[in-house]
Amino acid sequence: MTTPAAAPPHEYVEALYAKRKEIYPRAQVGDRMGFFQRWRWATVWLTQLVFYGGPWLTWNGRQAVLFDLGARKFYIFGLVLWPQDVIYLTGMLVIAALSLFLFTAVGGRLWCGYACPQTVYTEIFMWIERRIEGDRAKRMALDRQPMSPRKFGLKAAKHAAWIAVGLWTGITFVGYFTPVRQVGADVAGFGIANWEGFWILFYGFATYGNAGWLREQVCLYMCPYARFQSSMFDRDTLIVTYDGERGEPRGTGGRDRAGRGLGDCVDCNICVQVCPTDIDIRNGLQYQCIGCAACIDGCNAVMDKAGLPRGLIRYATTNALQRHDTPRQMWAHVLRPRTMIYGGLLGALVVALGTALVLRVPLKVDVIRDRGSLARPIDEDRVENVYRLQVMNTAERRHVYAIRASGLDGLVVDSAASFEVGPATSVQIPLRLRAPQSAVPPGSHRILLEVQAQDEPGLVVREKSVFFGLRE
Amino acid sequence: MSDFTSTFWDYYVGVIAALSILGCAVFLKLQSKRRVKTSAGDNPDTTGHAWDGIQEFHNPMPRWWIGLFYLSIVFAVVYLALYPGLGSQYKGALNWSSVGQFKAEMAAADAQYQPLFDSFLKRDLAQVAADPKGRLIGERIFLNNCAQCHGSDAHGSRGFPNLTDEEWMWGGTPEAIETTITDGREGVMPPLADALGGAETVIDVAHYVLSLSGSAHDSVRAVRGQPKFALCAACHGPEGKGGTTVGAPDLTNKIWLYGGSVATIVETITHGRHGVMPTHKGVLTPAEIHLVAAYVYSLSHGSGAAPVASATQP
Repeated sequence: MTTPAAAPPHEYVEALYAKRKEIYPRAQVGDRMGFFQRWRWATVWLTQLVFYGGPWLTWNGRQAVLFDLGARKFYIFGLVLWPQDVIYLTGMLVIAALSLFLFTAVGGRLWCGYACPQTVYTEIFMWIERRIEGDRAKRMALDRQPMSPRKFGLKAAKHAAWIAVGLWTGITFVGYFTPVRQVGADVAGFGIANWEGFWILFYGFATYGNAGWLREQVCLYMCPYARFQSSMFDRDTLIVTYDGERGEPRGTGGRDRAGRGLGDCVDCNICVQVCPTDIDIRNGLQYQCIGCAACIDGCNAVMDKAGLPRGLIRYATTNALQRHDTPRQMWAHVLRPRTMIYGGLLGALVVALGTALVLRVPLKVDVIRDRGSLARPIDEDRVENVYRLQVMNTAERRHVYAIRASGLDGLVVDSAASFEVGPATSVQIPLRLRAPQSAVPPGSHRILLEVQAQDEPGLVVREKSVFFGLRE
Repeated sequence: MSDFTSTFWDYYVGVIAALSILGCAVFLKLQSKRRVKTSAGDNPDTTGHAWDGIQEFHNPMPRWWIGLFYLSIVFAVVYLALYPGLGSQYKGALNWSSVGQFKAEMAAADAQYQPLFDSFLKRDLAQVAADPKGRLIGERIFLNNCAQCHGSDAHGSRGFPNLTDEEWMWGGTPEAIETTITDGREGVMPPLADALGGAETVIDVAHYVLSLSGSAHDSVRAVRGQPKFALCAACHGPEGKGGTTVGAPDLTNKIWLYGGSVATIVETITHGRHGVMPTHKGVLTPAEIHLVAAYVYSLSHGSGAAPVASATQP
């Protein structure tokens, strides 16, 4: 670790806010693209194919993935989730959080480096920037120049391209909540509704601002996950490390390194130039490091050229580096109480949620007693109670359901005993139950209502309710 | 309210809010710079703070960050100028109030739905009753306003008439139903034990009343009660067919408002009954009354014998 020269005692006024220093990460493209950068681009393609492509898939004649907030129904392929199914959403969020914990404990900031939208869109936006303005040196030179028609043209082209990607992202995002084909048609015809328009612009602007302008500042100053994930780290967590023992003392020049007492670090500064957060990994683990492994690829390429072994900068754990573990010894530490607890919880939740989804009955029944009247006499010997059934057919085809009541001798359904409910529809059914007065002493009696699809006997819901007898 | 509050508190709130905003601005200005004293040997990149040998690096926040703070102060000033936030003495430039917003939203909703309601109001009640859409709207109104007493299936309850049968105490024509809902009804059965001449006579009359509908009764008592029924006939008519002008129920069918046992009828004659249907003028608009009347009418007139199963949002 380098230590700047110690200063003499003095007093000065320090600004707590400073202008951000522009970062010009050096690109590693073509042949220079290393192993981990290929992986990063693979995740860019994968996540964006899913995100941009998702809304265009159809299923059962509707959009495959649609979160219809207005109708309060979430369509996810064959699954239709209603507000009553919010537990599944909760479960999915808990699973997402636990997988984040597990991956972080094992692999460090894998999410940050490879899959986080901030990383992915920054990567896309930097690619656009590079295609238009050129690589690091050219961009730095361009920014130093005074404004000229050429510079203005390049900048305008870059921002236009960024805004286009941002808007497309906004339209795609809104397309998950309003059918995307409709959004597309509305946008094409300038007939976009207020709220859709607002969210397209909002999300588009957020994409443009975050990936174009803010970039690493989102990770450094805004992201809460970046701050609290250090609590998932331990000495067996994979981090991007610089092997100081091997590298130091650093020095340039290929000839006679051993004779000059130099380590393997040729001090080319590539690891700093490629870093999207502008840190020097040779100073050790820093909070700015998002674990993108750009420096690993950069350093490996230089090591290859210099004829030195790869891995001066590599994924390793603090323990492995200190104890000179072999990779096998290092990987053996993946299994430890922390990862086993995260993994066990995650596995149990996935199984529980999966089972619950498979066993889910696409029918919901709510029994509401009439509040106005408790029991009413029909004639000398019969008594009647009135209910409203809220029946939700959450399946995507119509069903005819039959109602049965049990729990009292002679209890019968007096209103229509069967009814039809359209696909993914909710209806309210008035229900009258009658029983002989002799079977119903004054007071309340537990009864059981059963709603069953006539064409699918497995589709059955039983609900408890009460039947009141006449007061004396 | 004015008993407990004085305008002092409005100014109190306003002054505190204004001073707080000003204070935030001053605080921000003071906190954006800091005087640092370093001693010999300190790393110039640190703030000079050291705890247990750990030094704090100097990592200034980006400058736009403090801009956001100032922006929020500007927002607060603009917001408080436009909206009432400085105590209720100052109404804000937009003169906004939650009541005003509610009224505006209601007016907008009325403007949106009034044409639909008006189109139903223009049509004959029987026609509306035959229109599934009209019945559906009517059912909603019924469930919100009528089901509390008449039950969600409109079959009524003890003391509250069944609206699905053929008996109408105040008349079952479209006009009569609309009048009943609009103006309300008050049906009074006076206590008649004394006028009839005592408890025994009341039981006799009760048995005669039961005989009118062919219900089980004691024929000896019924014969004794028959002449006494003249008193009841003033409202219920000589044949006990009832009368819609005073809302006297028909006693010749087996439909009973309060119950058809001897004990209940004796109680009705002895103590009287007093039923009230409240007025809905002002509660419901004429168009809503028209629609709910059409729904009620449909329940006993063919087209919608059973309540319409309504599709609803969960």
